[in-house]
Parts: sequence; C-alpha cells; structure tokens
Amino acid sequence: MKKHTISALVENHFGVLASVAGLFSSRGFNIKSLSVGETEDPSISRMTIVAKGDDRILEQVMKQLNRLVDVIKVIDMTVQDYVDRELLLIKVSTSKAARSEIMEIVHVFRSRIVDISPSTMTVEVTGTEAKINAIIGMLRPFGIKEIARTGKVALLREVKG
Amino acid sequence: MKITGAEIFVESLKKEGVEVLFGYPGGVIIPIFDTLYDEQKIRFVLARHEQAAAHAADGYARATGKAGVCIATSGPGATNLVTGIATAYMDSVPVVAFTGQVKTTMIGSDAFQEADITGITRPITKHNYLVKDVKDLARTIKEAFHIATTGRPGPVLVDIPVDVTMGSAEFAYPKQINLRGYKPNTDGHPLQIKKVAEAIRQARRPVIYAGGGIILSNASEELRTLAEKTSIPVTTTLLCLGGFPSDHPLSLGMPGMHGTQAANLALTECDLIVAVGARFDDRVTGKLDAFAPHARIAHLDIDPAAISKNVKVDIPVVGDARRTMEQLIAVVEPRKRNGWNDRVDAWKQEYPPTYVPSDAVIKPQYVVEQIYEATKNRETVISTEVGQNQMWAAQYYKFSRPRTLLSSGGLGTMGYGFPAAIGAQLGRPDAVVFDIAGDGSIQMNIQELATAVQERLSVNIAILNNGYLGMVRQWQDLFWNKRYSATDIEVAPDFVKLAEAYGAKGIRVTDPGKVREAIEEAIATDGPVILDFVVDREENVFPMVPAGKPISEMIGGLA
Repeated sequence: MKKHTISALVENHFGVLASVAGLFSSRGFNIKSLSVGETEDPSISRMTIVAKGDDRILEQVMKQLNRLVDVIKVIDMTVQDYVDRELLLIKVSTSKAARSEIMEIVHVFRSRIVDISPSTMTVEVTGTEAKINAIIGMLRPFGIKEIARTGKVALLREVKG
Repeated sequence: MKITGAEIFVESLKKEGVEVLFGYPGGVIIPIFDTLYDEQKIRFVLARHEQAAAHAADGYARATGKAGVCIATSGPGATNLVTGIATAYMDSVPVVAFTGQVKTTMIGSDAFQEADITGITRPITKHNYLVKDVKDLARTIKEAFHIATTGRPGPVLVDIPVDVTMGSAEFAYPKQINLRGYKPNTDGHPLQIKKVAEAIRQARRPVIYAGGGIILSNASEELRTLAEKTSIPVTTTLLCLGGFPSDHPLSLGMPGMHGTQAANLALTECDLIVAVGARFDDRVTGKLDAFAPHARIAHLDIDPAAISKNVKVDIPVVGDARRTMEQLIAVVEPRKRNGWNDRVDAWKQEYPPTYVPSDAVIKPQYVVEQIYEATKNRETVISTEVGQNQMWAAQYYKFSRPRTLLSSGGLGTMGYGFPAAIGAQLGRPDAVVFDIAGDGSIQMNIQELATAVQERLSVNIAILNNGYLGMVRQWQDLFWNKRYSATDIEVAPDFVKLAEAYGAKGIRVTDPGKVREAIEEAIATDGPVILDFVVDREENVFPMVPAGKPISEMIGGLA
C-alpha cells in the first residue's frame, strides 16, 4: 500500500469538500490528511489529499474525482517531482531544567517557540512529513500535551532543462 | 422586467423544451405549482407518490432520448424521489429533479419538512445544486439540463428554497455555459482507435460486448455497421437490448447471469472483446478471475472512470459510443467470417432459450412470447419490474429497435416498470406500452393506476402472477434448501377488482388458450388495463449462472 499525495483544484463553493470526502469515504478509504485553501484565483481552491491505498483503487478515486463537475483538475503528485510542507504546532510540558534542552532541539530543527508558560512551551515547525515526525519523536520524552498538524500542502516543481 | 423565481423556473423549462413534468405538490413548492396552473405548454402529470414521478421521468427519458423532469416538495417529497434518482443514476438516464426547500434563512434549523436533499443525493446524482439566490436560478437550470444530458448522462437535482421561488429577478436565459470542471470528451483518440482496429485485424475470436451506452448515444446503426463490416458476433446487455436486432445473424443475445449460453461461451473463449458503452457489471462478468481469460480487451466509453474499473482494459478509448464507432468503422479492415463464427452459430443452435410448454397451466415465458407476437409489427415499448418478470422479458421478447425496453438494470428497482411505462406513454403517445410485471413489484407503485386513469393512458400491465417474490424464491429453491422465507405473497389483492376500483379495466387469465386473446383485448382498450396472468407458481428463470461462478458454468435450461 503506497501513500499518494493528490492535488485537486476545485471550485471554491459549498458542498465541494463534502463531495470529495464522500468519494473517499464511500469506498472505505481513509484520508490521512487533507488541507484546503484558496489559490491565486479566489474562485478556485486547492485541496491536497494524502491517502493510502493500492494503485488501482487510487487510480479509480482519481478518475472519480475528475468526474465531479466542481473539480477542475486532479494531479497525483506522487508520480512526479514535487515540494511539500506541513505545519506543526506542538505543546510540550517543560520543567525549568528542560527548557534549554528543548530550545536546542528547536534550534536544530530550525523551528520556533511561539508560546511559553511556566509549565509548557509551544513550538511551530514547518517541513516535510519526515521532519515533522522526527521532531515529534525528539520532543516526546518531555511529554507532549497537544498536537495540531495542518496536513500536507504540495506544489509540483518547475521542471528545468 | 423582473419576474418571480417560480416564473423563471417555468420559463427556463420552456427554454429547455420540456413538454411533460411529473410531480407532486407540497408546502414550499406551492409558488411553482401556482405558476404552472396557468401554463399551457407544459403538461403537468400528477403522480400519486413522488418515487413514481421520478421513475416516470426516467421512463420518459429512456423512451424518448430527451431529459425527463420531475418535481417534489421539500423533506418527505424530496426523500421519496431518492430511489427514482438512484435508479436513473445507476443506468445513466438524463433526469432533472427539482425539489422545494425551506426558506434559506431556516435551512439547518430542522424546520418542518426540511431535509438536506443535496447532501442525501450527493452520491446518487451526477451533480446537484442548492440555489441560494434567485439571480442564479436560470443559469443553474441551464447547467442542470446540460450536465444531465451530455457526457455520460445522469440525474441532476436542483433544490430551490421557497424564498428563491418567491423572490424576483430579471430573466435572461443564458445561451452559453462555461463549466471549467466539466468538458466531456466525445471523440476517441485517433491512435487508440487505430489500436482497436489493429486488434480486430489480429483477432481470431473477437466479440463485441455492447452496453447501455449504445442506446444513450443513439449508436445502434453504427453498432450494426461495425458488426457487419467485421463479421463480429455481438452480445447486448440488458440495457442494450434493442440496440442490436436480436434476430440478426450476428446477435448472441444477452450475456451474464441469465444470458444465453452462446454469449457466455463466446465471452469465455474469445481472444478479443470490443466493449462499447458497457461497464463490466458483476451480473455480466460472473466470477471476475474467470472472465474472458484469453481475451485482450478494448473498451470504448465516454466515462474514463468506467475503464479498468472492474476488468483491466488493454486498449482504452474515451469517447462517445457513436462517435468512436464511426471513427473505428472508418479505419477498420473488413473481416470475413471464420471458424469462430461457425462455432458461435453452433452454440446458438444448440442452446436456444427454452422452457417446457404446457396446456394446463400458463407458463410466464409463454405470456412474454405472446406479447411479442401481438406487438411485433407495432411501435411498442416494454417496461419491466425487477426479478423473474424482468429476466423473462429480456429472454423471450425479441427486441429489435432501440428505446423499446425500459428496465432498471443497475439498481434493480422493484416498482420501476409501471411508472416508467406511464412516462414512456406520455413521451410516445402512439406506442403500445406494456409493463411486464410480477405480482410483488406491481404492488410497489400500484397507486399509479390513478395517474394512468386520470391521464387516460392506454398503458397495459401484464402481471406474471405466481404468488411469490419469484426471483428470491428461485434463489431459495436452488441455493437455500427451499426454505421460502418471506417470499410467499399469495395474500394479495384481487387485481381485477383493484383495477376496477381505480376505474381501469382488469382481466384475469388462467387458461393458456386465452392468453393471446386477453393481450389483444388490452391493446384494443382505451385506458389502462391490468392483465392478471395466473402462472405456474414455481417456474424458474434458466439458464442461470450462480452468483460468484464463472459465466461458463450455467445451470438449467440447457437442451
């Protein structure tokens, strides 16, 4: 079972998200992550969907997506060269003693501390899924209180030469 | 000048050339019905249940090729349409369904008769709309008809809140549509067409497998030309019956579970399948792993998602059935009959559809044969319900022209046939229309007798009455040790009296010698007629491929 990153340009109106989600759910397909936002054209949104499944089923889902009137274009990023990023907010328990160690990790991961309290620190991280998973792994021993992840956003690379 | 939303609705329908509208009124849809009250050009047909209005619109569409239109109120009116919409969706029928909705400001408040019908119908419509502004109404209706009737056709639902129909706006029906996410491809890629032609040239044992797309794209002539030019035998699915003349020397009849032995053996032994407008339904393929094990598969279909969905396709061609066949006919080399054709013909000779005739009891197959004999020289439309009646109609009525069979193939909806027959009769007033029914399914929309009487429609219902839910009983007989759980329905109304109660005519037939005479009498009668044929109770539909078995393993009915 391969993980696929699907990018869909869709009409920016109500009901579209439900139709897209419905295509996945009616086939018993779990969406790993989904992010939606406006594009350079405010009448168009981009959905970035990460889903796991065998190639045949995913091909079918892509075709079904294409069939939706409100879906303008669908790309399977996975078979092409693309850049992707995810945003993570993570709230970690800290004691006074642990703070500097956490700050060191934050520094190594080129991330930022965006909130601090006597007993917690909240860290903002952007990066690939692997990087996000890595910093979560590093911070786990301190005690993770809460996590919010955006899910992946992705764009194809401009192919040159 | 501004006109009301209700007026925009009616004017838009007229712009779309709608002549008949099927439906049922209710609270929030009154403004539209009030406008329809004065309307001369659109014939409103009052069904007695919204489900029947949807089926009638579907039957009208299948019989005429035009979009069928139905309308219902919010809440229960809308949810009653659901089975009809799903039926049309599964068989790709162009239906436009309109529903009333509570005021925009009340949506989501669990208002009286509120249902989220766009949410409910999302997986069973090709597209749907909730119109929130009267200014969008005309454009939405235009888009709805466009989407329903182009590409792979299908039902589109438009939900209209009551403040939209009561609001007002300038009316200008758009001439053009620009849907950037919807641009169906009608012409096949020339390179792919050439590959199909080459595959036909190389094939020694080719078969054409033709589906409902042939009827939908009016491609019967092209199918015939292609088959004759290449001498390739043709099997036609349930939804394609009539799309290729069943008495044509190249016709194999229907494939699949209750198909002909010739069609199933041909599909199993062939080395090339040219599938056109078909979707490799499980009722056709049987056990997938054993389906057409030696064959390369070329698939011509308007819907890219239909290609390689169930069966891996070697040569995909995305395009309209008629256009792609025209392209193929232009480049394909003529092919002469060979030993394969002889073998296929031998199968046809060896395994014709058969049953054991009787003088004592009416055989259901005999009734269908007699309906065929009585109507074969007239313009006729046959609709069916679902179950044994449907399969006997498919096996024993010799369909030779497109749009002569209306049957719920994909969803398998009992209760479809009678309202579909009403829709067909309204679309084709000169045709003789028969609904071939079972005693179970006819009771699912029997209330439409009132509609048929009110509209003075000469729709004939032939009930093959065996006192059972016959197809389920047949499965119980063959695979469940004759444990007839919940399938005995001998407690039933007297159908003759029932017809009379509605102001229609009823004729009961128990003697095989009186079958034909009763059919002739029904045809000669103005207004609806119920023919209650009391038939052999435990007759089964054969041949049959047990569910999940390869289609080469047929049981029963083999001479």
